[in-house]
Amino acid sequence: MTEEILKVEHLDKFYDDRQVLHDINFSLKKGEVLTLLGPSGSGKSTLLRTLNGLEDYKNGAIYFHGKKINPSPKEWQMLRQKIGMVFQSYDLFPNLTVIENVLLAPVKVQKRNENEVKEEAIKLLKQVRLDQYLNAYPRELSGGQKQRVAIVRALAMKPEVMLLDEITASLDPEMVRGIEEIVERLSKRDHMTMIIVTHQMNFASRIADEVLFLENGHILEDTPGKDFFDHPQTQRTKEFLDSMDY
Amino acid sequence: MNWSIIQQALPLFAHAFGLTIWLSLIGIIGSIIVGIIASLTQYFKIPVISQIMTAYVELARNTPLLIQLFFLYYAFPVIGIKMSAEVCGIIGLIFLGGAYMAEGFTGGFNGISTSQINSGKALGMSRFQLARYVVFPQGFALSLPALTANIIFLIKETSIFSVIAIPELTNTALDLIGMYYRSNEYLLMLVIAYAIILIPVILLLTWLERRVRYGAFGN
Repeated sequence: MTEEILKVEHLDKFYDDRQVLHDINFSLKKGEVLTLLGPSGSGKSTLLRTLNGLEDYKNGAIYFHGKKINPSPKEWQMLRQKIGMVFQSYDLFPNLTVIENVLLAPVKVQKRNENEVKEEAIKLLKQVRLDQYLNAYPRELSGGQKQRVAIVRALAMKPEVMLLDEITASLDPEMVRGIEEIVERLSKRDHMTMIIVTHQMNFASRIADEVLFLENGHILEDTPGKDFFDHPQTQRTKEFLDSMDY
Repeated sequence: MNWSIIQQALPLFAHAFGLTIWLSLIGIIGSIIVGIIASLTQYFKIPVISQIMTAYVELARNTPLLIQLFFLYYAFPVIGIKMSAEVCGIIGLIFLGGAYMAEGFTGGFNGISTSQINSGKALGMSRFQLARYVVFPQGFALSLPALTANIIFLIKETSIFSVIAIPELTNTALDLIGMYYRSNEYLLMLVIAYAIILIPVILLLTWLERRVRYGAFGN
């Protein structure tokens, strides 16, 4: 549980002249769950996307297993196979069935054996109760089902880290609970290393080993999960938690 | 209307009919290939090649096929490049059609949401894999209405081949009118021949559009 997988040092990110991330520093150990909290527009999703190479950064460095990432398209392409990402809007490929969505990257990108991957994929889909929908198209699924497929699609790549970007934000409360259970199981049972952006404070308090609280692209607080919710350090964090009815 | 004239002209029209289909088919397939290459290089902004493709698309779309054919058939021999009328016709059709197809595909490719591209990137796809598994299949579905219009347009454009004496349908009809002064019969045959080619093509493409939109690989 102590091996450091991801480390970010003095990261700055700009959109043209506007700085959206200021001197971001943190590290993530194997099996740890880091939760990014903060108001809308604070830079949580931007930070998450930066960690997957979907956004570039101006200053600072990101290390993966102690090795500094060279932010070239080729290196990100390799790293993304180890750093899985799930988006708020699911982003399944609409022209492919559930099983095709899950198999595409492991078979075509990682060049793994299709039969083996299919066996694993069906097992994963069974765990999220979607094995009856192998040949369904995304448009035939509910939001919660789509999000479960998106999680399985990312897991089928056997990532070392999962980045979850507000994955319950588009779902109704009943579906939210189902997705949260899957993520909690991933953490507690499979010890998956994760960085999670969420506005669900109860979920965050149950799952977070560490919390980064961001505002206007600055880290205002970096504390262990339990401390963050029980003893917030700053007045701003207290106000934020109050506003979230936590 | 003299039906015996129509009967006598049938073998000539049948030959012209086959030639028109053959030239259209090669022209359309070539145009689609050129269009895909041109639009993908523009979509992925491949340096130099994308600029060359943009210049090609603008040049081809902004000059009439008639002038392009004259250039290929009459001007190229001056610099030592001699080609048969059929080859000039096919090159001209692909040159023009490729640009229109490129615009059609570009419209479709640009219609794919950024989140779909990011989704592919997040799965570790290379540029080629993104093009092959995300951009092309989804973009093709979106660009099909434009491609349908282009295919019909290109088939009709083969009528301009008559100016460089390719014995396709229009050239054959004009020749026969010039020889026998029976325009009603030959023009009727011409209209029917184009309808026989175009109506099944339109029906097939309309079916394909519906299938892409609502069917197995639709959005």
